[in-house]
Amino acid sequence: MVEKIVLPPQEGKPSDVEEIKIESNYLRGSLVESMADETSAGISDWDNRLMKFHGSYLQDDRDQRLERERKKLEPAYQFMVRVRMPGGVSTPQQWLKLDEISEKYGNKTIKLTTRQTIQFHGILKWNMKKQMQELNSVLFDTYAACGDVNRNVMSNSNPHQSQLHQETFELAAKISEHLLPRSNAYYEIWLDKEKVVDTQEEQEPIYGELYLPRKFKIGIAVPPTNDVDVFSQDIGLIAVVENDELIGFNVAIGGGMGMTHGDTATYPQLGRLIGYVPKDDIVNVCEKIMTVQRDYGNRSVRKYARFKYTVDRLGLDNVKKEIEKRLGYEFEEVRPYSFDHTGDRYGWVEGENGKYHFTLFIQNGRIKDIEGYPLKTALREIALIHKGEFRMTGNQNMIIANVAPRAKKKIEELIEKYNLTDGKNYSALRRNSMACVALPTCGLAMAESERYLPSLITKLETILEENGLQEQDITIRMTGCPNGCARAAMGEIGFIGKGPGKYNMYLGASHEGSRLNKIYKENIGEEEILASLQPIFERYAKERLDGEYFGDFVTRVGIVEAVTDGRDFHNKVTV
Amino acid sequence: MKLEVNNSPFNEQQVTQLNELIRSLTTQQKIWLTGYLSATSLEINVGTVEPNQSSVAVVPAQAPAAVQAKAKDITVLFASQTGTAQGLAKKYGEQLKELGFEVNVSSMSDFKTNNLKKLDHLLVIASTHGEGEPPDNAISFYNFLQGKRAPKLDHVNYSVLSLGDSSYEFFCQTGKDFDAQLEKLGANRIVDRVDCDLDFDEQATAWFESVKGKLQEGAVEQTLSEKEAASTVLAIPATEYSRNNPFHAEVLEKINLNGEGSNKETIHLELSLEESGLTYEPGDSLAILPTNNENLVNSLIQALSFDANKSVTVGENVVSLQEALTNVLDITTLSKPVLEKISEFTANNELQELLQNRDELKQYIYGRDLLDVVEKFGPFTWDEQSFVTTLRKLPSRQYSISSSQAAYPEEVHVTIGAVRYEVDGRQRLGVCSTEIADRIEVGDKVRVYVQQSPNFKLPSDETPIIMIGPGTGIAPFRSFIQEREERGAQGKSWLFFGDQHFVTDFLYQTEWQRWLKDGVLTKLNVAFSRDQEEKVYVQHKIEQHAQEVYEWLQQGAVVYVCGDKDHMAKDVHETLINVIAKQGNKSKEEAEEYLTELKAQKRYQRDVY
Repeated sequence: MVEKIVLPPQEGKPSDVEEIKIESNYLRGSLVESMADETSAGISDWDNRLMKFHGSYLQDDRDQRLERERKKLEPAYQFMVRVRMPGGVSTPQQWLKLDEISEKYGNKTIKLTTRQTIQFHGILKWNMKKQMQELNSVLFDTYAACGDVNRNVMSNSNPHQSQLHQETFELAAKISEHLLPRSNAYYEIWLDKEKVVDTQEEQEPIYGELYLPRKFKIGIAVPPTNDVDVFSQDIGLIAVVENDELIGFNVAIGGGMGMTHGDTATYPQLGRLIGYVPKDDIVNVCEKIMTVQRDYGNRSVRKYARFKYTVDRLGLDNVKKEIEKRLGYEFEEVRPYSFDHTGDRYGWVEGENGKYHFTLFIQNGRIKDIEGYPLKTALREIALIHKGEFRMTGNQNMIIANVAPRAKKKIEELIEKYNLTDGKNYSALRRNSMACVALPTCGLAMAESERYLPSLITKLETILEENGLQEQDITIRMTGCPNGCARAAMGEIGFIGKGPGKYNMYLGASHEGSRLNKIYKENIGEEEILASLQPIFERYAKERLDGEYFGDFVTRVGIVEAVTDGRDFHNKVTV
Repeated sequence: MKLEVNNSPFNEQQVTQLNELIRSLTTQQKIWLTGYLSATSLEINVGTVEPNQSSVAVVPAQAPAAVQAKAKDITVLFASQTGTAQGLAKKYGEQLKELGFEVNVSSMSDFKTNNLKKLDHLLVIASTHGEGEPPDNAISFYNFLQGKRAPKLDHVNYSVLSLGDSSYEFFCQTGKDFDAQLEKLGANRIVDRVDCDLDFDEQATAWFESVKGKLQEGAVEQTLSEKEAASTVLAIPATEYSRNNPFHAEVLEKINLNGEGSNKETIHLELSLEESGLTYEPGDSLAILPTNNENLVNSLIQALSFDANKSVTVGENVVSLQEALTNVLDITTLSKPVLEKISEFTANNELQELLQNRDELKQYIYGRDLLDVVEKFGPFTWDEQSFVTTLRKLPSRQYSISSSQAAYPEEVHVTIGAVRYEVDGRQRLGVCSTEIADRIEVGDKVRVYVQQSPNFKLPSDETPIIMIGPGTGIAPFRSFIQEREERGAQGKSWLFFGDQHFVTDFLYQTEWQRWLKDGVLTKLNVAFSRDQEEKVYVQHKIEQHAQEVYEWLQQGAVVYVCGDKDHMAKDVHETLINVIAKQGNKSKEEAEEYLTELKAQKRYQRDVY
């Protein structure tokens, strides 16, 4: 019998979501009834909050809202479904199923997320259960892909280091499994498993009935590649390797991207290192860090609930001590490490294990067939003959991984047949771009992102070419709202949507993901974006130091201040 | 009809002046004038006015002598599905009463068969339903007359007016059957039966004039007092809109209710009734007078190698061929009678052969139009005039009204499914539905009149109702629920709706959701056939809720079915029988009887097409 989890008392009235969680009987709520109601394709707000814990939430096609209202039709409700895919690994068989589900139930596209998984859009209510069961048939689930729990665990996908990859991937899966909610709700509702009658505390020995105050994210990076943006995570684990062997991790805590426009008490923050732990205890370490957030995170105001605010409020040292108390031992000194970039390395590489890997550039992670570029079909055909695996990267790209030397030719033929791109035909800026989904399906979006960034890049490319910068790697990231799905605050150039066609423009994050950017212009449209960047690119082309990245340049020459602590992200109010 | 010296009692000058005047009159002015002249002429000099046989006015054909005798007993029985026959029966009944007759107007279902022996004069006004079947409210009377228990009727004088649609194979069959059976039972036909097509006004009026003439023959004639004459004028309301006198209603709103990506196109049309005085009840239909598609008219004229501007006489009017084919004549519906007329103008054997083969003819007619015939069965010997003479008049299209006047006093709403399909590689367009969908915009005017549906009516406010209306069949139920909401009716209500896709085809979805939330609608079940592999239709939903459906029936619920006749209504009917049999522990026959009894009690009402 596990002890009941009693949270320390907190000031302030618990938020409405806390009430929903406590009333939900461990994530059940009235989801079964809501899903069975045939008069609406939607579900109640209340149930939608719970739905997130099941890896999905209700959206609607915002492009159609007004027209449908006129037609006396409810909004075009549909579910976004996100798969739990620790480390972003999918077998070819699993991929074929994902492809099939997107065709059969979804909007026929697959979106690679910025957290190494995939999501479907456009799934209708009455197809949800079938879709969940089909996912389950290939051993995928969507449990805890959203909601106030630990989310998909990210892991380095660098194809050079194949042995390390295998090990970190397995650890990512272990952490994910360990921190998965234990309530049987998911299996009852979606997979027709029998309702388990037992003491509820036994169901959630780690979370308790209130789960976490807010979402929680963990990522594992293997230097020198920081493709998981390790400092943007609630827990960032930096692999420490000795003699080609993984021995442990430097642990950073309290990173996170989201903020709220107009509230400077909210800000993106970088994870801060608290020490080193050997690899054997890493799952336990993650659990203990998470329980500190469970107990001390703000449960009254959700926008202040992320772990980063808990750390900043209590103080990094105090939080570290509390974690050590729960672990029963102290962290060791941080071991030396160094990152050189956050991006992916495209094209074919040979891994240490003698197998080959092809990193495919996928614009904004959207996999679909378009005229002249049937990407989705191509991947399906590759999956039919591929014996290795597919790896999703944290940059919304995909690696066709572990191709045996003898199998390489056939895969190559398909790559050529479909003209699949390693990104070489694109500018370096485009290869280093990320955008969240935003309109039309995301309910939070204030401005376009995925549908807009490609055309903005086209215009920027002209300026870059004029200055000979087309092969310069510059990270550019855009989100439609300040919640940070595409980690815009860590782009050398970042855009955060303010309103239709209007963005805040940020500059100066580091290329390897250790520094935030800083606001340069507020609430500007395309014309001003281009006009502002043109002279900066010109100056960069002329004045940069040898090998100096754009983000480093703009902070060195004082175009923006360097931000190494999220509490300095916003401009100081000058009185 | 155009006045000429040889068809009227007027001289050359009078004819010219009258024609000039008549041309300048609006329809309402004409009606007013008709009544005015009838009344004032009598006032001035009763009995000296020349009888005018062709007049449609309600003046007795013969100047009455002041004779007082026992009035004739006249029974007017109607067999009505949509209410047209009922409307005529009531109208003629009123007019006969005003002439002093004892008149009893009744639905066949309400007529006690043992009163047959007491009948004196019998007028039957019967419409035909579906494939030559009698309307619901005539079935038992029809069966009785055909059966062994039918009495001898040689004491009865009768005449039959039948209503139908000549595009159906068994045109006016019910009327024909009544006529033949009454004769067989020994009754005496006083006026030959008249079979009316969709544009029944003129033929029906002619039949009634003849009947009236016969009834007034002999001893029993009455004088119209001046007062009665005056009331006759008033009895023709200025607002009696009809096919020949439609109201021009302005389009206030037009919405395609189907969402992006739907296979369907369902138009929600809101029309203004301001200053029309038109009234309707939930369940009634709105008749819309369409015009033919310009492209089709042009293609047809071209295929015929005719001159579009050539003048032709259609009925009483001389118009251009283009005008006749656009506004007056039916060029889309094929029927055996039309093809027979056409066959007189061609030596093409194929058409003759087709006319001999019933099944092939039926198959050929389905979905085809006049252009197909012209292209396939030439060469023809006709000219513009003889061509138009083969065609019947363009009928109005009837749509179930989807609004309640209690909710929208000055408006009427209809719900129209646009009909488009392809045959022989050419796209075919529903005449009225695509005119509304493609060519009518907000601010335009549409020619309409109200068609009452006495057999599709809400029960008392407390009575539970079950409404089954997939597709555009949902229209009257929107009207029902609007009405019940306005009245604050407490009776339970249950809607079964279905269509192809939930996301795009849930007609009036947000309104139903609101009514459900507010409790105006008690239950709502929907079936979308193409949202999953297996097809799900409304009858499956009824079956799923069999127990509760039967409970509602036992509580006195009225069941309404509106929509597709050939498939849906049949399937729903079968399902209801199954539900009643299973839930009520009855045999199939008993369940059928149960349903027949519901029908007799007006608790199973259908508006199917």
